[in-house]
Amino acid sequence: MSTVEVRDLRKSFDGRVHAIDGVDLLTGEGEYLVLLGPSGCGKTTLLRTIAGLEQPTSGDVLIGGQIVTGLPPRARRIAMVFQSYALYPHKTVQANIVFPLRAEGVPPGEREEKARTAAEMLGIGHLLGRKPRQLSGGERQRVALARALVRDPTVFLLDEPLSNLDAKLRTSARDELKRFQQDIAATTIYVTHDQSEAMGLGDRIAVMSAGRVRQIGAPVEIYDDPADTFVATFIGSPPMNLVPHGEVLVGFRPEHLLPVENVSGERVTATLEVQRMEYLSGDRHVYGTVDLGDGPCRVIARLPATVETPIAVGERHDFAVPGARLRFFDAASGLRTEPVRLGA
Amino acid sequence: MDGLVVTDADRQRFARRHRMGRIALYVLAVLSALAAAGPFVWAAITTFKQDSDLYRRENNPFVFNELPTRDHLDLLLTGTGFATFAWNTLWVGVLVVLITLALSLPAAYSLARLDRPWAGRMGIAIFFVYLVPPTLLFLSLSRLVVGLGLQDSTWSLVVIYPTITVPVSVWLLIGFLKTIPKDIEEQAMVDGYSRVGAMVRVVAPLLFPGLVAVVVFAFTLTASEFIYALAFISPSSEKVISTGVPTELVRGDVFFWQSLQAAAVLVAVPIALVFNLFLDRFIAGFTQGAVKG
Amino acid sequence: MARSAPPAEAAATTREQRPVDLRRRGIADRDGVLSWLLLTPAVVYILALVGVPFVLAVAFSFSDVTGGDPSFDWVGLRNFERVFADPIFWRSLRNTFLFTAVSMLFIVIFGKVLANILIADFRGRWIVRFCVLLPWTTPVALSTITWLWLLDSVFSPIDWVLRQVGLIQSNMFWLGQPNLAMISVIAVHVWRLVPLAAVIMMAGLLSIPKDVQEQAAVDGAGYWRRMFEVTIPLTAPVIAISALFGAIFTFTDMTVVYVLTRGGPTNETQVLASWAFFKGIEGSDVAQGAAIALFLFPLLLAAAIAILRAVRRMEVS
Repeated sequence: MSTVEVRDLRKSFDGRVHAIDGVDLLTGEGEYLVLLGPSGCGKTTLLRTIAGLEQPTSGDVLIGGQIVTGLPPRARRIAMVFQSYALYPHKTVQANIVFPLRAEGVPPGEREEKARTAAEMLGIGHLLGRKPRQLSGGERQRVALARALVRDPTVFLLDEPLSNLDAKLRTSARDELKRFQQDIAATTIYVTHDQSEAMGLGDRIAVMSAGRVRQIGAPVEIYDDPADTFVATFIGSPPMNLVPHGEVLVGFRPEHLLPVENVSGERVTATLEVQRMEYLSGDRHVYGTVDLGDGPCRVIARLPATVETPIAVGERHDFAVPGARLRFFDAASGLRTEPVRLGA
Repeated sequence: MDGLVVTDADRQRFARRHRMGRIALYVLAVLSALAAAGPFVWAAITTFKQDSDLYRRENNPFVFNELPTRDHLDLLLTGTGFATFAWNTLWVGVLVVLITLALSLPAAYSLARLDRPWAGRMGIAIFFVYLVPPTLLFLSLSRLVVGLGLQDSTWSLVVIYPTITVPVSVWLLIGFLKTIPKDIEEQAMVDGYSRVGAMVRVVAPLLFPGLVAVVVFAFTLTASEFIYALAFISPSSEKVISTGVPTELVRGDVFFWQSLQAAAVLVAVPIALVFNLFLDRFIAGFTQGAVKG
Repeated sequence: MARSAPPAEAAATTREQRPVDLRRRGIADRDGVLSWLLLTPAVVYILALVGVPFVLAVAFSFSDVTGGDPSFDWVGLRNFERVFADPIFWRSLRNTFLFTAVSMLFIVIFGKVLANILIADFRGRWIVRFCVLLPWTTPVALSTITWLWLLDSVFSPIDWVLRQVGLIQSNMFWLGQPNLAMISVIAVHVWRLVPLAAVIMMAGLLSIPKDVQEQAAVDGAGYWRRMFEVTIPLTAPVIAISALFGAIFTFTDMTVVYVLTRGGPTNETQVLASWAFFKGIEGSDVAQGAAIALFLFPLLLAAAIAILRAVRRMEVS
């Protein structure tokens, strides 16, 4: 068993800052779980607490069903990759990869063998004699992964490993990571602030803010059924539209706000005053205001290339949202509530 | 890696190791503090010991076997030249610090900011100068001092001490300057100030904590210096603490021990206190100055 | 034309309204001149009061200058012959190296331990830091005076403790017996310089990126493996620097020897610096003093170069 569990975990610094404010989590066997949230939300602290680099103020961490709270990192037998990759600068690539095996007491012949295999698997076999400062960003990531791989981990933790790479490299590195994880079949916990990364990589995503998990679920679920306004606006680019209507906020994604002639079936219509338009990768982003009775509210509509309705700035158009795509949130607490009848 | 198996024995083992580690840390910390400060604690006690208590071989030196007395402390403060020495050290220190800042601040700014190609080598040259010790130069400097007519005058120290303080101050200030981002100055220059104007208006205020650290350090170096003070100055009224205390509080073979110890403690504690306040800044300046030095 | 019309027009009008102020390019703006100007006072001062005296010191060693007869005459290598013929000189030379080597060893070891202590987080850290700074920040002469009594042949508190515990019967003559005197001088040097070494090494320890050590912890390395395979290799340059500083301060010191033993008993603990002082100032033989002191220089040069190499190595890793 290699599940990771966290029970009512709390962590505060200096008694004041509640970095983790009561988190309960249970991963599946071999699951790829992403911790997603803005900076300061506690995701990295949570990861470090699972690793044993921080001690929780209260609560427990369990790995493989056993309580490991209080054990130092090396007793937890996890593999971890830091944002900077933390390669030992004074050691060669080979020495870097072999390091955890030496700590475990694996005999020399065996560990050379394992190191070589891991390096070949990641395509860096030819770099074994180099030092980290002679490597590119992508190569360094692969050394870090080889070092993790060589331990045959059942639990694998990653702290924003793609943040230090430039944008072009990031997508290919991301694919490599996904393949890597499938190869080693370990339970993986991955921290990031980039929601497109999260959506692309995770089996499940835990969206965090202010030390709490707001929602945890598959990417589709998080996207289509956000649990509160934070998740609704954090996920999705552009974010979900939220229009006040009495005591609720009416939510709908920009791609579901289309000219009225493109929406059939049960729907809600509203007049959109167009203020601005952007052309991005074939889509048209229409910025404007609608009024559902509580005053004008800024919204964004994302029109795919297939919708060819002519729209110009300054015009007023009738737009509509399919009824099934509406989500309702309590205006005061931000939480999802029951649907409300809107005057058509 | 096999699946993780954690036993209670494991947990206890690690908890115990953690505890032992903490205990070892505290023990070592206390031992270090005692070894370092022990002599001063003892000196403080000795200051108040009566002669009959002190000059008895079998008495416990760490407690008062007879009533403590202020006599020796009073003797130090009023009956010897200590007050004069302290005053001399003080005004020499202040002047030397001022001269040091006047010389090293522009030099450090020049080397740290104005990217001249020879800046690196200049920095190294300064470092080399720092390593030429007073014990090598004191003879020539004593002839120089005689030549300048400053023999036996405390002013000789004001003139000579910056040779000790300037090189290391330049090094420290370069380090501190490097912690201030360049864009702030460049912003000021874009906003209309000259390079000097930017330096005065923008850099100086940010540098202030580093400046204070350098001031403390330079003052300490000045107060601690021994060989020049001993070589250049003989008359009691001109001496500083560093040379006055060891030489004047001795009449022939008789050492005024309690007063001597009092002097040591009185000077040691304030300096260490101030140093402790600025320790973190020193470290910051030192690391910055060494990297790309 | 990549630009659309409006921006260019706007720029043109502002340029007309506010021409560049050519007059403002005075000294305060010309970096080349300014950098020299700022550097000159310090350089002149150092050249005058370090460079010149250094050359003078070399010149003196080839002269016959004394306190009583300050006229300068060349005498070739006569001073050096006299110095070499003097057994006390050889004793001083030997002592200088011996004290430095032994002190350096202890300073580095204790300094490293102390640095690790000072970095750790524990209650009362401020007080420990304060205590530990005292030996180094106190004026040398004063702290050595304290030791003078602590090592006194009759009243030494150290002896008192040793007698109470039963380890010795009668006093040790810490300053009177030649070997003990040497040990005492070394001990005071170590006591004084360990704080400095610790502070320098603290700086080094703090500049290691934290995640490398955390990675080592996650990778399974215990305290000692992390220390010897990660921390020490990465701080080796800083350790070298603190060792060299410790060596330099011991090598060139004259105060501890002067105050503690006056070079005694019978010149057994003289070092080059103190012997040069005795000959040059107290004996008024400037020329001989200069000749003796000159022997300090070659080793200092070597040490300086070593420090610079260590600093260069720090930048690379």
